[in-house]
This record gives sequence, structure tokens and C-alpha cells, in this order.
Amino acid sequence: MAVETDLTQDGKTLTIKIKGRFDFSKHQEFRDAYERQPGRQDCVVVDLKDTTYLDSSALGMLLLLRDHAGETVEVQVVNPSSDVRKILAISNFEKLFNIS
Amino acid sequence: MPAEQALTVLVAEDGAADRLLLAQIVRRQGHEVVTAENGAQAVALFVERRPQLVLLDALMPVMDGFEAARQIKALAGEALVPIIFLTSLNEEEALVRCLEAGGDDFMAKPYSAAILAAKIRAMDRLRRLQGTVLAQRDQIARHHHHLLNEQRVAKAVFDKVAHAGCLAAANIRYLQSPYALFNGDLMLAAFTPAGDMRVLLGDFTGHGLPAAVGAMPLAEVFYGMTAKGYDMAEVLREMNAKLKRILPVDMFCCAVLLNLSMQCGAVEVWNGGMPDVYHLSVDGRVLSVLQSRHLPLGILAAECFDASTEMLPLVQGERLLLLSDGVLDTADEQERLFGDRRLREVLDANRDPARLFDELLLALERFGGRPRDDISLCDIRMFDAQERPPMPVLYADSGRSSPQDWSLAFEVRGASLKSFNPVPYMVQLLQEIPGLRARTGHLHSVLSELYSNALEHGVLGLDSQLKCDVQGFADYYQERARRLALVGEGYVSIRLRVEPRPQGGRLSIEVRDSGAGFDVPSVLARAVPDHGLSGRGLNMVQQLASDARWAEGGRCAQVEFQW
Repeated sequence: MAVETDLTQDGKTLTIKIKGRFDFSKHQEFRDAYERQPGRQDCVVVDLKDTTYLDSSALGMLLLLRDHAGETVEVQVVNPSSDVRKILAISNFEKLFNIS
Repeated sequence: MPAEQALTVLVAEDGAADRLLLAQIVRRQGHEVVTAENGAQAVALFVERRPQLVLLDALMPVMDGFEAARQIKALAGEALVPIIFLTSLNEEEALVRCLEAGGDDFMAKPYSAAILAAKIRAMDRLRRLQGTVLAQRDQIARHHHHLLNEQRVAKAVFDKVAHAGCLAAANIRYLQSPYALFNGDLMLAAFTPAGDMRVLLGDFTGHGLPAAVGAMPLAEVFYGMTAKGYDMAEVLREMNAKLKRILPVDMFCCAVLLNLSMQCGAVEVWNGGMPDVYHLSVDGRVLSVLQSRHLPLGILAAECFDASTEMLPLVQGERLLLLSDGVLDTADEQERLFGDRRLREVLDANRDPARLFDELLLALERFGGRPRDDISLCDIRMFDAQERPPMPVLYADSGRSSPQDWSLAFEVRGASLKSFNPVPYMVQLLQEIPGLRARTGHLHSVLSELYSNALEHGVLGLDSQLKCDVQGFADYYQERARRLALVGEGYVSIRLRVEPRPQGGRLSIEVRDSGAGFDVPSVLARAVPDHGLSGRGLNMVQQLASDARWAEGGRCAQVEFQW
């Protein structure tokens, strides 16, 4: 699976891991990753540790996640490589997401 | 044995006994059979009956099976008509000849009914597969043709919307694929009434029609508001709000918007999500880069949107290079990106600005291994006074009689000073006076100058002397933003009075502010610096208007236009 999900025992934190290229081909998998979870989480973590590339449609998918999460759920983007971090920085997505 | 589908099978065999035997076997499998005694008959029957499958003896009188196979294949065209050679030939070479003549399979004598049936079924599968592939290919071709046609129409409509653009101006060099619109790239340029040049390079998420959909409203806002003289922040706020409203959540538009002002000797920049803009010296060195400081358009709600811009001094002959992300994103075989560093190398190596795009495209092709036709490049040179464009005509004469005798007073107070700019509204109103229409550009320049003087030097108390060098210039605009954020009291009031006169009319403008005023005689006497970054304003007002005076210790500017 190129998109893996992990829900903590208490069901409060959902981690979505994307492997390889994060582009439009992951669209459905990425949506399923957060839409198919039972209940509501407090925090969604998008782990980009194994993400090699990210394009503008991936940025759009992050916006969809943010929209789905709403005001009450924190969305974190973690472990971007330096190339990926640069793409996030050009679009100034750190103004929308907690990126670390 | 039930046949999947009854076929018409042509059997060509010169031996009467074999021909009869074969025809019987095939008929028992449920197919219809037509028979020929030689190759020439076989070709003639093929034309007449169009069988779906052919059993062909290799050696026959009149015309042998090899020649008949070639002719039948040629007649069949793209459709697959399988040919099974019937042969007692055993040498490898002869069997190879069967296949080379167009045969799809062969079968050795004596004939086995079971093997022949299996071969016919296998060949029928292939035949049908080929038929499906051809049908799908034709369908794709039709869809593609349809799509190109739609794109052509959409592009024609878009070009009408964007027709007012001034991308053809002498100081702009640009490169854009004819279907860039469908890559999501958008390049727009227009003059403001004051003669400033506005340029927008945008990049919508995605490709194809979805990417092109947002371009139309964006272009309309850009051209409409630029022609009316709205300032950058207002245009940006409107574009953002509009895109936010119409685009789905995961779509947005990265954009860089520039305003080149001859009058200020400066460029105002807003960059949201586009690659760095390069500021190049007259001889092509990189002087600075203008980074993306904002989120792209269409993401943030209107109340969160940040339309703050940067000002950068730009002297005649200096250039700005804008590019789309395709340049930096070009990847080589190992998925390494072209990136900033390689771009800088190309810029540093460039000697002739006219060659820059070619050199860049060549470098991308060498690096990525294929030419790119999906990137946008725009190179804008700060124009000089002679290149100042003819002023655009904002409104055609509506034929309505326009009021010739009226006055209007207007006061902008407190927090409204932070974001509201009344100049475009007033210019629009003054457009109603036929005698003033030809001077719209001058009017806009004078009103803008008077309003910003009243706001910056009057209400905010900024000293224009600060703008004496590049650092001071930056400091000035930082300080302006800081004081503007804190502005509490204070006002700028504007009074317009239009009166008819025997051969025309007169417009009187009064701009008054709550500031401390200035030493009018000494400021007016101050020599106009040739290449400084300040001190052009009052001088320009005096030149463009019919009459200009400052009263009440510099707190009130009185300017007249006559026609």
C-alpha cells in the first residue's frame, strides 16, 4: 500500500503515511484514508517520511483533508524531506498546517 | 460442436479430395464455407464474399498461396483476416515463407479435425481482439478530435476575454505554449490608467479543462480592475475572493502579480506560491530574488487573505524574470530536479537577453532528456519614458448627456485609510465628462499622487527624503505599513468641483489632510533629482494639471484641469 493509516488505541490520532510520489494517482487512497475512519479524531498526522515528491494536486489533497477535518481537528504534516519541504514552503503551506 | 459465432471461411486448395475434406470439417464446426481451386479464385472470392478467415494451400496453380496471401492481406486493410496455410512443405524455409507472406499460422497435412477446430477458434479470438482494438482506437481518435475542438473554441473565447492585454509591449518578452491555458498557466498584462504596467503570471492546480475554468474569471477581474485603476491589494483581494467562491476546495491558483511604475521607479510585487522572481541588472546579473510570501489565490477566506505587497526600486533597463514551476520541476532520469541552482547557472552564463529563453529551454532539454512545451516564461524590462503607452479608453461614449455642473466632497477617516483607496471611484466618475476623457491617465496620476501624499506625508507623517537610496526605499515602505496599521485618528478629504465654461469646462480638485503640513516654498524649490527615488510627485502634478497650488501650510492641495 502506498498510503498507510494508523489509528492510535484511544482513536484520537490518525496517522496517514504516504510512500513514493504524492500526486494525483494517490487521490482516492488518500481520501479513503481519512474518510473511512470511525468516529472523530483530535489530530490527523500526515507523515511524509517516505514521500519522494509532492505536486500541486497533493497540495490540493491536503486542503481537502483540512476542509474535512474542520476547525476542531488539528492537521499536522511531519517529516518532509528537504525537497518536499521546499515545495510546501513555496506555497506557504506552513500558514495553514503545522509542519515539522 | 457449437461454434461461438458462425464465420464465413474461405478454403483454397487445388486438390479436390483435400478441398472436400477440409470443407466438410469446417462446415461441421458450424461455419459457412466457400471454396477456391487456386490463388486467383481465392482473391476473387475474398473480394466477393469477404470471409472472416482463410485456409490457403501454399502450392497451387495460376496463383500460389504466397501471392494470394499478400493480396488478401492488402485487401483486408486494418481488419485482421487470419490466414492459415495448409502445407505439406516441411522445410523450415518454406514455413517461414508462409508467415512472411502474411500467414498467421500453418497446418501440416494430413489434417486433424480437432487441431483445425482449435486453430480456427484461436484465430477467431485474435480477429475479434483486433476488431475491439480498432474500434477503441477510432473512439479515442474521435474523442481526441472532439477535445481539441472544444479546446480551440474555449481558447478562442478566452482570447477574446484577454484581448485587452499588452503582452505585445516592447518591454515584455514571453514564452507560452499555445495550450498553456490547459496546463493551468495564465499570463496577463495591462496598463493602469496612470500608465503603470501590471503583469500576472498564474498557475492553476491540475491540468485540462478544470485548470482552465478559473482562468476566465481571473482574467476578467484583472483586466477590469486594472483598467479602472484599482491598486494591487484591491485587485488581489477580489481575485482571491472570487476564486475562493467558485473553485472546489482542492483547487487554487499560484500567482505572482507585478506593478511596474515609471513614476515611482519601482515595482510592487505580490507572490503567492510561484517560484522566485529574478530581479536582473541591465547587464543580466541577478540582483535579488522575490520569493513567494503568501498562500496561493483561492485558498483563504476573504477575512484571512493577506494582500500586502513589497516595493522594490527598479531603474530603466533592469529586468524581472518570471517563470512557472515546470522549469524547476523538470526532472532527469534519476528523478533529480532541475532546481534553482541550475537555473542560476543559466542566468549567469547568459550574455544576450534575447537568447535567454532559448538557452534555458536548451538546458532543460539537456537535463530532462526531452523538450518542454508546458512552461511559461516572462521577461519584463523597466520601460523608459518614451515607451509610455497611449492611455486606454475606458468607456465608449454612451450618448447620454453628462452632468457639467456639480461638486462632490468625500472624506476617508480612521481605519478606512488602511485599505480603502477612493481614487478609482473618482476617476470613474470623472469619466462621465467627455472633455476629460482624453486625460484620464493624467487625472489618475494626479489624484493618486495627491491622495498618497496626503496619506503618507500628511496623515502618517512620513518623510519622502527617506527614499534617497535602495535601503531607505525599503525602510520607507516598511514604516508606511507599520504606521498605517496603527492609524487611529486622521482623515483625507477630497472635494471635486466641475463647472461649465464658455468653451469647455473646469475641474477643481482639493485634497486636504489632517497632517502637520510642510514648508511649501522650500519643497517646491527643491531641485528634482535625476535618478533619486523621491521628489517626483509635486513636480509631476504641476506638469500634468492646468494649475496646482498648496495652501494652508501644505495641508491643502488645490489643482485645476481645464478643457
